[in-house]
Amino acid sequence: MPTKISVQGLRKAFNTDQGLLQVVDGLDFEVADGEFVAIVGPSGCGKTTLMNMLAGFDLPDEGSVMIDGVRAVRPGAKGILISQHGSVFPWLTVRQNLMFGLDGRPVREQQALADHYAAIVGLKGFEQSYPHELSGGMLKRAELARALVVKPEILYMDEPFSALDALMSLRMRNELLRILAEERHTVVLITHDVEEAIHLADRIFVLSGRPTRIQATFEVPFRHPRKLPGAAVQELREAILRELGA
Amino acid sequence: MAVRNRGQGAWGRVLPPLAVIALLVSAWWLLVLGTHSAIFPTPWQVVTATIELVRDGTLWGHIGASLLRVGSGFGLAVLFAVPLGLWMGWVQGAYATLNPVFQILRPISPIAWFLIFISSVFPMVLQTTAGVHTIERRYLRAAENFGVSRSTLFRRVVIPAVLPQVIVGMRIGLGVAWLVVVAAEMIALRSGLGYLIIDSRNAGNRYDLVIAGMIIIGLIGLSLDGAMRLLEGLRIVRWRYAH
Repeated sequence: MPTKISVQGLRKAFNTDQGLLQVVDGLDFEVADGEFVAIVGPSGCGKTTLMNMLAGFDLPDEGSVMIDGVRAVRPGAKGILISQHGSVFPWLTVRQNLMFGLDGRPVREQQALADHYAAIVGLKGFEQSYPHELSGGMLKRAELARALVVKPEILYMDEPFSALDALMSLRMRNELLRILAEERHTVVLITHDVEEAIHLADRIFVLSGRPTRIQATFEVPFRHPRKLPGAAVQELREAILRELGA
Repeated sequence: MAVRNRGQGAWGRVLPPLAVIALLVSAWWLLVLGTHSAIFPTPWQVVTATIELVRDGTLWGHIGASLLRVGSGFGLAVLFAVPLGLWMGWVQGAYATLNPVFQILRPISPIAWFLIFISSVFPMVLQTTAGVHTIERRYLRAAENFGVSRSTLFRRVVIPAVLPQVIVGMRIGLGVAWLVVVAAEMIALRSGLGYLIIDSRNAGNRYDLVIAGMIIIGLIGLSLDGAMRLLEGLRIVRWRYAH
């Protein structure tokens, strides 16, 4: 499969009161087209910094992020970032939120697409609702739908389900897998939840503490749907946790 | 505490302020009677004076004159201040250039400027500018991510995000404008509620009319603020208050 994302010699430091803080220290990896990669690492290791550089919000000090062979220097609709805190516009209805990224197309087409994707994520009947009228899980669905409706080639997910309770998080993971089976996207998922990574990803990168680099890479050989409590899964989980120093 | 208050219903909210007002009016009445004041009217004299003003029709003329001044000055100020505030909030250069000027001019007494327009422009410009500055970064980043045009960014993100702050600015602006119009009418005009007060005093020490005018000014100010607060109930800004 062709390479979608290619990261070479990525370095990033920040100026702080205590002086220069090296956050990302020489990352090299590739993500294939259509691949689902999960990145796990200790908190504060620079995962979000890495994600910001992948999605084009931040530029690296050294090295490069190439998407389809082109250097990523600014964010764009080719790769949509879904962040931990959520960014569904509270002043727009669900439908208006979904139509937001479809700017420039005929309104009728925007609306049809928006309602189609609202239905896909299970928000049928809530198109006219405002975000403050939705529950946390529904808000995540709206955010996911808003990303999917523009048919991004890459989804960048930065701890997308960490604010949900365990049951809702599991349901959202299953929904995500169902959607990904229908629409092929390349996905980079950042998570601190090893089980979530094993549930979803084709490959898992374990990052070291700051300044971060890739400490280990695991292939996840299980077919979907994955039965999480299996013995082989447990073995993989423990191997990853060992790398994380838990 | 909150739970107990809810149990009392509407009366629980209305009764205490009414009791305070009743207490103040009685104290006023007793003081006037007790001191045998020749100048200061009793509440009842104020009521009859108000009725007199309503009967001979002058009250409506004065109220109309004041409201027209506030309405036109304030309306123009909104048209001027909101776009300017949006521009200053969005364009860093405009902010750096104009903000110091506005900060210097703002505390100068608007009465000296003698224009309701001027008096309500500053709170609205500054409030709108602050509104743009406090738009959460995550929303601007999401908009950037979808690569939308500048006009969509403004129409769909910046303006709706700032609208609640604009309404706050309008409340402050209208409040100030109402103060200023009364003061201006006292000094230099020959109509309006401010003029009514000064004229009643100058023309015959009619303090019953003076106090009636003061109370009417207070009540109208309260209603103007109430009308502005109705804007907070609009569907496009309800997200700001719904938590």
